[in-house]
Amino acid sequence: MNLLVCISKTPDTTSKIAFDASGKKLLEDGVQFILNPYDEWYALVRAIELKEQFGGQVDVIHVGEASSEMIIRKALAIGADAAYRVDMTPAGSWDTASQIAAFAKTRNYDLIFLGKETIDYNGSEVGSMLAGILDLPYIAYASKLTINGQIATLESEIEGGIAVSEVNLPMVLSCAKGMAEQRIPNMMGIMNAKKKPLEVVSPTDVHQHIRLERFELPPAKSSVTMIAPDDIDKLVDIFHSDLKII
Amino acid sequence: MILVLTEIFHQQIKRTSLESLTLAAQLAKATGSKVKALCIGDGTPSVDLGDYGADEVVVINDSALLENDQLCDLICRTATRDNASYVILSLNSTGKSTAGLVAAKLNKGLISGVTGMNTDSGNPLFKKNVFSGKASAWYSVDQHGAVVATLPNGISPVSGQGKQTSLSTSNSECVTSKIKRLERRLQAGKTPLAEASVVVSAGRGMKDPSNWGMIEELSDILGATTACSRPVADAGWRPHHEHVGQTGLAIRPNVYVAIGISGAIQHLAGVNNSRKIIVINKDPEAPFFKAADYGVCGDLFEIVPKLNEALKNFKSKS
Repeated sequence: MNLLVCISKTPDTTSKIAFDASGKKLLEDGVQFILNPYDEWYALVRAIELKEQFGGQVDVIHVGEASSEMIIRKALAIGADAAYRVDMTPAGSWDTASQIAAFAKTRNYDLIFLGKETIDYNGSEVGSMLAGILDLPYIAYASKLTINGQIATLESEIEGGIAVSEVNLPMVLSCAKGMAEQRIPNMMGIMNAKKKPLEVVSPTDVHQHIRLERFELPPAKSSVTMIAPDDIDKLVDIFHSDLKII
Repeated sequence: MILVLTEIFHQQIKRTSLESLTLAAQLAKATGSKVKALCIGDGTPSVDLGDYGADEVVVINDSALLENDQLCDLICRTATRDNASYVILSLNSTGKSTAGLVAAKLNKGLISGVTGMNTDSGNPLFKKNVFSGKASAWYSVDQHGAVVATLPNGISPVSGQGKQTSLSTSNSECVTSKIKRLERRLQAGKTPLAEASVVVSAGRGMKDPSNWGMIEELSDILGATTACSRPVADAGWRPHHEHVGQTGLAIRPNVYVAIGISGAIQHLAGVNNSRKIIVINKDPEAPFFKAADYGVCGDLFEIVPKLNEALKNFKSKS
């Protein structure tokens, strides 16, 4: 099977988020960048499992600067065979989706995997855009995937429940909890990753439709009001007068 | 024209669709355009959509089971015919699987997770949540408009717009889907977590799954939906669809009651945009207290049953 996994670089969940004076740029001092957890835990690992089951090749693609190499090497250490980095700073999800589409168009991938969202922009945008550009079927938030010949059977989140669907390959899917279990790269994997190919790809021209004007931090949270554990009446009053839910 | 996807489920208009409609009405006012509500689902609108700002309502027949490619086709055909500048839908499961398809096909920008708008400068700016709720970002769009996906529970629906609407029905005339639906398993009963206005959530502090009766009871009293933390779902104490937090579902209810949950950053990432947070925990150092509006430090096995009794008393008197 010919498999492509799209990987993204995001600030670690525990990072403190701050912006420069213009409000347009994330201050990267002290921010630890990681491989987006859903890309790593669910998308990449499931692709590797399928390769182990059916044979084939797992490629990873990343749209970003050279500083992303660390997260790309991690994907290789976990078990991807080859990596491609489109050399640009994406201005948004349309950039990322367009670059990946341009790359994937000529390469006959059976499945293109993504995580359900990135933990920085939280938009779930790239997967559906990519499927739209490539005119491929798309399943979002898939929690289960099995392959039988050219047919994929998937469980995925729909409004109000779970859908079980069948799709003819090729397809694009975004992966959520349940798809696979996290794999920690071992020493051998880390050593091998250094020898695996990482090719830099030139970006294509993409028109931007939207523009980031500025970031904004939420107003500081007012401090917590503590209620004594034996003052249940006070708590009831809060539910009634302040929260207005009884 | 501003096109809004409105979803009807169990013959009820979804709250998330009213949120999208509210944003559309605000945008229509600022840009002098009309709002068309494209209704899909298993019935006709249960409320007057003109009250939420729709000028025109089109109910699509037999549209309860559309796959995302069929829905995309329907939206794009309608948007192209009406020369719609904006397409607005919710970033619920439907929106997550469809919004990008529509944006790619219409060649428009996409902003998803929108919680508000500002039209002071003439051109609309859209605000969306970023960094798992730790910040927001403002976006401008080009002259072609955009596809905007509103964050569930991110916008309060505003009624009283008093628009006279024209109502019509239409057939979906769908393309054949590339996706073959084998089965649909719906969760029965309560409001789905992502749409719940009040959520009662419990964690490892409950000690044992058999202790959840008091949580269910509190949830029933408050008309809430129950949720849980990751360790509890992983241990199989509660079903996975109840798991909120970074790996589970990210929610932003009006009220989030957290019981016996310490508030690890991964949990907070999924709930920190709740409008009000109440924390009950016996550990005064629990990080959740720092994110809470109200806190009770004590033994949940004493507090919750007493609270349930007191709430029931209050309700029976009022």
